[in-house]
Amino acid sequence: MTILKTENLKAYYITEIFGIKRTVKAVDGVSIDINNNEIFGIAGESGCGKSTLIKTLLGIVKPPLTVLDGDVNYSIGDKKFNILSLSPRELKNIRWEYISYIPQSSMSVLNPVRRIRDSFKSFINAHKKIEKKEFKNLVEEHLNALGLPIEVLNAYPHQLSGGMRQRVTIALATILKPKVIFADEPSTALDVVVQRGVIQLLKDIQKEQKNTIILVTHDMAIHANICDRIAIMYAGKIIEEAKTEEIFKNPLHPYTKYLIGSLPKIGDKSYRVSAPGSPPPLSNLPPGCSFHPRCPYVTERCRKEIPSLVEARDGHKVACFLVSKEV
Amino acid sequence: MEQNNKLLEVRNLIKVFVIGSGFARSKITAVENVSFELELNKPEIFTLAGESGSGKTTLARMILGFIPPSSGNILYKGKDVSKLKGREMELWFMREVQPVFQNPFETFNPLKKVDSYLYETVVNYGIANKKDAFKPIDEALNLVGLSLQEVSGRYPHEFSGGQLQRISIARALITKPALLIADEPVSMVDASLKMSICNLFKELKEKQGVSIMYITHDLATAYYVSDRIAIMFRGNIVELGSVEKILTDPKHPYTKILRDSVPEPDPERKWQGRIELSSFEEKEYQSRGCKFAGRCPHVMDICRSKMPEDILIDGRLVKCYLYASNLNKAIV
Repeated sequence: MTILKTENLKAYYITEIFGIKRTVKAVDGVSIDINNNEIFGIAGESGCGKSTLIKTLLGIVKPPLTVLDGDVNYSIGDKKFNILSLSPRELKNIRWEYISYIPQSSMSVLNPVRRIRDSFKSFINAHKKIEKKEFKNLVEEHLNALGLPIEVLNAYPHQLSGGMRQRVTIALATILKPKVIFADEPSTALDVVVQRGVIQLLKDIQKEQKNTIILVTHDMAIHANICDRIAIMYAGKIIEEAKTEEIFKNPLHPYTKYLIGSLPKIGDKSYRVSAPGSPPPLSNLPPGCSFHPRCPYVTERCRKEIPSLVEARDGHKVACFLVSKEV
Repeated sequence: MEQNNKLLEVRNLIKVFVIGSGFARSKITAVENVSFELELNKPEIFTLAGESGSGKTTLARMILGFIPPSSGNILYKGKDVSKLKGREMELWFMREVQPVFQNPFETFNPLKKVDSYLYETVVNYGIANKKDAFKPIDEALNLVGLSLQEVSGRYPHEFSGGQLQRISIARALITKPALLIADEPVSMVDASLKMSICNLFKELKEKQGVSIMYITHDLATAYYVSDRIAIMFRGNIVELGSVEKILTDPKHPYTKILRDSVPEPDPERKWQGRIELSSFEEKEYQSRGCKFAGRCPHVMDICRSKMPEDILIDGRLVKCYLYASNLNKAIV
């Protein structure tokens, strides 16, 4: 069942300084369907628009970010809404309770002069009126379920290690049992061992609460480990979308092929090639397919027309003229 | 001049940082008794891997001479780095050992043209005078797959992270160094360009004969580029040897955990089992014995009281009591 659906979503950063107009096409015609009870991965390099996509999906649209086209439709249980048309008050009610967000840097999220307990208090009180005893039970039960010690409640953020802070942030984001969780590079700043712990925690939460996680990271290895489906973003567009196994075994877009082919593996020293050139700036995209200046299979058509995302195989969508052969 | 066939020798290096003052004074041993060496005339890529706080950057900064060691020696081509006398010798050392830093966007001042760094390097090291400076610059840029024409007159924001990192490497190559110290050189570079930097390092080693000390937390790229690897944990090298041996068959319990935690980019080989995380990291620095004892699944009494010695087993050095009995047997 679809829980989140967008069609041709366009969100640009439009600025005008001293009469110089600048348009950064960060999200440029994105259509996605995300199902209930799945982990959906969004992969892409820095500056491909993945964080802007998350912002738009969360309904955080403030100038200069402008949504030009498309809706973001959620259907959570019997609640159906377009998050872009909600008032700030309605948004506030929905956030954390239905839709929640795990940011990258837990250091800047937790208030350094308040104990973790107080952060939990304000999170819960904003949505529910509960007794002190009930609060204690709720929080302790949740921390127990996630395998975190109860003592963290009395600690200040600086007393916790980086991995612990990130796990507390995840606990905060999931305490109200939201149905949709966005995680933006949740493990990027962490050490490998700690990263594994954090990803393991996300997986456990998903298994237990049966909610939807939208995981954004540039690390393909993390995607391989936890995601059910993956979308690959390049220059503001989704260029390929498929099941995890399918993407890794059978990538169709030349960019995805480079991305997966260049991943180093322990135990395999064979020569890896990176894609030539570098990603285009979003403020000045090349005409046609935005990958064409780097693509080894470029044709005349790629330079002029933009390929659309079409289903090439069962559930495997790709935006490339080579594969789709659309007329 | 004494004869020596070592490019770099690090002997019992210790660095203690003092934090605070008066009654609030405390000490942190960032690097605790580290020794290793690089051979002369045998270029190699030597990886120093470990998590944040393992002391790998402190070690690199000591080798570069940015901070003095608390005790121990760093010998470069047989000369003690911290006792170099005079401007001449300092310049010689700085020419021979060059750094490449982590974040290319922070390496370059956004208000300065990128090529000004290259010209300054040429002039400051006395490679050529300002008129003829373009020649060594162009040569260095060619080595990294760029040319002076592409670079000159442009500001840092006009380049991608990968290009800037290449320019940063080119700047280091201008002085024709024998050793590059690269601290996390690919962690800020886009995924699709990461391997091109790794390939560049391999090429520099093979064609230019430059030895590279590659400092990273990313074991997968470490496996790809390097010849030997040293795994650091809380200021100690716990395992040192050829990268194939250590990463495909780790011996130290910490290396095992580290190796198992590296996610494989293969959906058919997901993480197996579960791991426990420590919540009290500071205590690990203070412990007198093996720093890993608190988390080690094979911990013994002796581990908590005394730091194990390096033990040579299967062509590598391991700092762990688990293998001490093997050694005894071998001797007997």
